[in-house]
Amino acid sequence: MMKAGFLRDLFFAAVVLIVLIVVPFIFTKPSLRDFLIYVMAYGLLAMSLNLLVGLTGLVSFGHAAFFVSGAYMFGLLMQSGRVSIPVAILITVCGTAVLAMVIGAICVRLKEIYFSFITLAFQMFIHSIILTWVSLTGGDQGLRGGIPRPPFFGIDLSSGASLYIFSACIFVACILIMRQVWQSPFGYTLRLIRDNPNRANYLGVDIVRMKLGVFILAGAMASVAGVLLSLFVSGAYPEFGFWTTSGEAIFMIMLGGSQLFVGPIIGAILLRLLEHFVSIYTEYHGLVLGVVILAIVLGLRQGIADYVVDFLQRRREAKAAPAKEAAFVKKRIA
Amino acid sequence: MNLEALASCLSSSACAVTQISTALIIGMLLFMVASGLSLIFGVLGIINFAHGAFYMAGAYIAFFTYQATSSFLLAFLAGALGAGLIGVIFERFIISKVYGKDILMQLLVCYAIILIFDDLVKIIAGPEYKMMGMPDVFALPPLEFAGGFVPAYYVFMIVASLSIGALLWLAIEKTRIGKIIRALAINPQMVGALGINTTLLYAAVFGVGSMLAGIAGSLAAPTRTLTPGMGLSILIESFIVTVIGGMGSIVGALIAALLIGFTRAFGAIGFPLFVDGIMFGMMAVVLIIKPSGLLGREIAR
Repeated sequence: MMKAGFLRDLFFAAVVLIVLIVVPFIFTKPSLRDFLIYVMAYGLLAMSLNLLVGLTGLVSFGHAAFFVSGAYMFGLLMQSGRVSIPVAILITVCGTAVLAMVIGAICVRLKEIYFSFITLAFQMFIHSIILTWVSLTGGDQGLRGGIPRPPFFGIDLSSGASLYIFSACIFVACILIMRQVWQSPFGYTLRLIRDNPNRANYLGVDIVRMKLGVFILAGAMASVAGVLLSLFVSGAYPEFGFWTTSGEAIFMIMLGGSQLFVGPIIGAILLRLLEHFVSIYTEYHGLVLGVVILAIVLGLRQGIADYVVDFLQRRREAKAAPAKEAAFVKKRIA
Repeated sequence: MNLEALASCLSSSACAVTQISTALIIGMLLFMVASGLSLIFGVLGIINFAHGAFYMAGAYIAFFTYQATSSFLLAFLAGALGAGLIGVIFERFIISKVYGKDILMQLLVCYAIILIFDDLVKIIAGPEYKMMGMPDVFALPPLEFAGGFVPAYYVFMIVASLSIGALLWLAIEKTRIGKIIRALAINPQMVGALGINTTLLYAAVFGVGSMLAGIAGSLAAPTRTLTPGMGLSILIESFIVTVIGGMGSIVGALIAALLIGFTRAFGAIGFPLFVDGIMFGMMAVVLIIKPSGLLGREIAR
């Protein structure tokens, strides 16, 4: 069962990868490739956050802390010129995992909104470290001077096309890993913790350890998203770790649905499109975004994708009911 | 790290007095914001992420009223009442719709409000920094304490915040309405069954909480620069205060706010780069040792 599922996921991953790689070569507009890399980076961030929000029920409001730490660690390692890209990625992921372990060890003891607030507080702490440690991070100017991309194993990332293909491969690999977690016994344990923590406790589940585990995993995945973005913009900026980035990631989850595995990516695409069109008409896109969020939350009282799923289900039921009735009436007439 | 500077400041009374007064005003502003946050959490059970937006609203309303009328009293009242009114509207039309919902929804609503307020301020007041300047009423010679000088406005700010805090404490602990509000925090159904309009009370509590943020904003306006987005940093700090002091405890908020104020004021001389780290460190230690905070009664929910 597990094996068949894995093969199916592998097949889907291969299809997605091929589509991702082929599309920009058919439609060769450079803005499309930029759009796709942005969606991959932010989509990965939102997906990793959804491991906490949708799977475990931990609403983290500070997930961008790991996004920014990924971007900065990778950028600094590459600028030091001592390591190759794969080694730098590996060190970045491990380093962020350690950071996530330290922060998570404090945060996961708290529940619900407390958890949201303390993750936000730690994120702002990391943001303020980046702003004040000017000699290392460049302060509010960001990490400048470009991130070198020396070739490794004969792969040269200096051209836009090869960088894009490399990003797509990493993106798909991360999605595949998260999919395995989503379907694993560990994933179902997390759902149990989300839906019924008392029961999980009775069954002997070590809740704190499980939560810490998924927190570290989500942090590590977010750091990969940060690596992708820093590779793409060839720099790292403190805005990556500002609270609005975390807010956007949460908004993406809500737009795309938290219970659908690929929901956050759909949300990332929708939000990028929304921002793109809003910024054509006005510079105050915070205002427009805020109004859209309020309209969705107060109008639908749930996320868009969750609403659509419910709506379709209701319609199916409604359709089934009159059909039965009609059949009944027909019989009566006959 | 410059501990010698810190030691020499502490040994000269002039410098010590200046830093203590700075510590007190930082602490008092945090106390005002944090007690509002704590009150709203204690009664309504929600953490108002948009609380910083009300602080900002209070500061800007005070700023514009002062520009128009050049009366500090009017500016102060307008800032406090304006923020309170915005709070009531926000509670009635927006946050009350997501009571008992997923916290994801509560968080998103507050996120939306912060985005909208920051952009509204940019549209109305412009993105640049604003300075209100010291009101004429307080253009007095600074008061002397043990060889150090403290501006008259600082003294006013400290006295005003402490008396408002004391009033709030008295109102909650000693009056009939305070008793009802404490009951509301524990068992809203029962309070409603006794024929008390709980909807109105919720709105009123939210309004008072926002008003405290507005008071902090209008008190801060003469001493700080106003920028869109000024609410967030004080929100984070006042959250640290409520965690250290204990959610729902006004006295705890006061103690923790002073602790943070002193850390900030003296840290700025001795170890400016580590101030944030020490604040977060204190919060982490409190959370590990006593998750309910110094004076919090219930376990962190």
